[in-house]
Amino acid sequence: MTEHGERFDVIVVGAGPAGLSAAYLLAKAGLKVVVIERGDFPGSKNVMGGILYRQPTEEIIPDFWRKAPLERHIVETQTWVLTEKAAFKAAHRHESFAQEPYNSFSVLRARFDKWMGQQVREAGALIVSETVVENAIMDGDQVVGVNTGRPDGDLYAEVVIAADGVNSLLAQKVGLRKKEIPTHEAALAVKEVIALPREVIQDRFQVTGDQGVTIEMYADATWGMVGTGFIYTNKDSISIGCGSLISQLVERGVTPNDLLEHMKSHPAVAPLLEGGETREYLAHLIPEGGLHGIPKLSTHGMLVIGDAAMLVNSMHREGSNLAMLSGKFAAEAVLRAKEWKDFSAEALGYYDQLIRDSFFYKDLYKYRNMGRFFESHPTFFGFYPDLLNEACREMLTVDGVSKRSKQRRIFWDALRRRMPWRMALDFYGMWRSIA
Amino acid sequence: MKQLTLEQKLFLNGFRPDRESHLRIIDQAKCRECKLRQCTYICPVNTYRWENDQITVFFEGCLECGACRIACQECKNLEWSYPRGGFGVNYRTG
Repeated sequence: MTEHGERFDVIVVGAGPAGLSAAYLLAKAGLKVVVIERGDFPGSKNVMGGILYRQPTEEIIPDFWRKAPLERHIVETQTWVLTEKAAFKAAHRHESFAQEPYNSFSVLRARFDKWMGQQVREAGALIVSETVVENAIMDGDQVVGVNTGRPDGDLYAEVVIAADGVNSLLAQKVGLRKKEIPTHEAALAVKEVIALPREVIQDRFQVTGDQGVTIEMYADATWGMVGTGFIYTNKDSISIGCGSLISQLVERGVTPNDLLEHMKSHPAVAPLLEGGETREYLAHLIPEGGLHGIPKLSTHGMLVIGDAAMLVNSMHREGSNLAMLSGKFAAEAVLRAKEWKDFSAEALGYYDQLIRDSFFYKDLYKYRNMGRFFESHPTFFGFYPDLLNEACREMLTVDGVSKRSKQRRIFWDALRRRMPWRMALDFYGMWRSIA
Repeated sequence: MKQLTLEQKLFLNGFRPDRESHLRIIDQAKCRECKLRQCTYICPVNTYRWENDQITVFFEGCLECGACRIACQECKNLEWSYPRGGFGVNYRTG
């Protein structure tokens, strides 16, 4: 621990992708930065799916992909629509994704963040681990430091950056997050990392070398609840997980581990896992409020970034890049505030402006109604997936019935199960919510 | 692949449990009235169990996700905090 009363320019609370990004850029710019992390090391409490995108990461650490511990570069993205006994699969692979500098990578957060923590240290910041921040120290309306759970553990700084994740107790205590996250704006995801030999992964997923595949799964992957399942290939393991809104899990009385086992036993999923050995079982809460969920982002002497600021684009499984970019914006705002010697809410409000002008804010705006739409249209997680898979089965089954009769059967079966005007409204609504 | 029980899965994880729980039920009487008792099934590691007419908190396997905190917000009957620094789950993969 640092000496009593030591002052910093910036205190970053939380060594996740958001906090480490902010700390790295601020330390590089010559500021005196401390990162406080409650785990043993940066990454030891961090969980994501996880896919890391190169371009936003390079905005923090150029060329990171040549040095950082990455798993596989993703060349193929699959989408599966599951019913209990069937899977409709769509896939896209492009040669450009197999070429440097690549588009995205599978990563294991604990390893990647540990590495990123080292870069932050080398940039000159101090990382204090095994330390929990308990509250902010206020001087009137101004945040001037934090209390940690250690003796003589008060630290002071011009700015405190809350990067303490989705549960951000700090943002709540300071009053930036007024209300608790509603149960329909938080998804609970569980994941297993399952070890498999490298060659087995290459064969099963039809890739060579360090190429990797992602699979996103819908409908029966989450027992028809709003949510997704996923499989990401790592070097010698695969990450498999699923998640659904807490409101839905509560309503159906579903236990997350049962949901994961259900998905793992699906006839299209199980063969990919055969012979594998589970190495770790993880859980993580995902902020799904989208645009509506974003809290107040700054106040006098404090900024909120990453999951703590609810910055997740769930439609495109983008979270860590929003986290890192928000960390970058926070660093820019702090540097400007430092130059002006003004750490008031007005000066730090530059951060809010940078967020609002960002591409990801436009994305969040685009999908602002998507969450509510799918929550109120369970047909997209049950009825339509079933219709799709049954239609395929009908057309592919050779049983002496003509193809025209089969088409008629599919058509009338659909109409019998749902009124045509309702289906028209469903798809119009979906198009409106994501277009 | 062989299906593991939740207990077997938790043996795979690294934990350094504290002596005292970081999770606390504020008023057991409220839990007796609670219709859903969502904490008993929403938790990924089955931390909360209904035993002998009250909720018992098995905090040692907590993954610190916060789902219980969100799920119990109507009753506000859960005092939720992170484990002390250096305690709790220690992920190797993440």
